[in-house]
Amino acid sequence: MRYIEPHAHMVSRVTDDYERLVMAGCRAVCEPAFWAGFDRSSPQGFYDYFKQLTEYEPRRAAKYHLPHYCWLCINPKEAEDPGFAREVMQLIPEFLAAENVLGIGEIGLNKNTRNELAILEEHIDLAVQHEQLILVHTPHLEDKLKGTRLILSALQNNPRIRPECVIIDHVEEHTVREVLDAGFWAGITLYPISKCTPERAADILEIHGRERLWANSACDWGPSDPLAVPRLALELRARGFSEQDLDDFLFANPCRFLRQCEKFRVES
Amino acid sequence: MPNPEDIVDRGFLEARGKLLEVAAFLDRAERYGRADDYRVVALKKALATLSDSASASQRADAFLRAMSDPTEQPLDRATTGPAAGAWQQSTE
Ligand SMILES: [Zn+2]
Repeated sequence: MRYIEPHAHMVSRVTDDYERLVMAGCRAVCEPAFWAGFDRSSPQGFYDYFKQLTEYEPRRAAKYHLPHYCWLCINPKEAEDPGFAREVMQLIPEFLAAENVLGIGEIGLNKNTRNELAILEEHIDLAVQHEQLILVHTPHLEDKLKGTRLILSALQNNPRIRPECVIIDHVEEHTVREVLDAGFWAGITLYPISKCTPERAADILEIHGRERLWANSACDWGPSDPLAVPRLALELRARGFSEQDLDDFLFANPCRFLRQCEKFRVES
Repeated sequence: MPNPEDIVDRGFLEARGKLLEVAAFLDRAERYGRADDYRVVALKKALATLSDSASASQRADAFLRAMSDPTEQPLDRATTGPAAGAWQQSTE
């Protein structure tokens, strides 16, 4: 089996995880910029983080012959301080040319505030200006439904946004339909407690089909499983998915979306 | 689909076990005098959607909606702490 891990925070993982991903059939890992678990004290902290994502992490992955890609932004949680967020955003353009940068992400909302929304809109403008793909984080738990709707309107209010170039991540049963119906891609995140289990993810695929959908582990510093995607493959086999179906969903689908960025070069 | 393994054989004991955990959690919350915590109240209310015929075939969707913030306007400022899993009406 081969697959793409389209959302993993490898800076928070040990090197053994790279080895395990490769042994499970992973052919590329993509790492969105996110919240470190604590607020950074200065924009310079983000400069160092962007260096880590564009220079150090790809080297660490390369030791296992695993292509490493990334996405850049200031995460929605720290976007609550718009002055700080704008200083960080000024650093982004100089990194966009790096050969492993796929686009702007994971932008979005955390607590659905006005400040977060303003910075989300500015990130959308930045992506449009630089012709970048967008990866969107939707809020957690009780905030997800409202946040997903606010995000959809922010994207739809920008006339230059092409929905096929945007993936809205962390969808669940109550948000997946609205995202797909609006023409965007949707990501299913496999988390033991707070997002989807392999069983529920398989249900979503049975109900909504697999067009414009991908699955990821979003593994980070919290309870999460870097091998969540191959675990989903086990569940899908039990549901009667063929090896061809698995390859199409877990490998070809992420490639279809990511190849819209010419830097994503994973051979079929 | 080619011969999926029996879906009830595969899932029944796990679902039974999880539901029993919910029952025990609600008893425990009550015993500790926390039955009126907004999260416990929301959980009980959302549980009702599971046996409501209106949510047939979309119980997971209905459960998640019942636990969601139903408002539409962005907040003036962020609430503190991580998301709780249940919506609490602001008292401001
Ligand atoms: Zn993430």
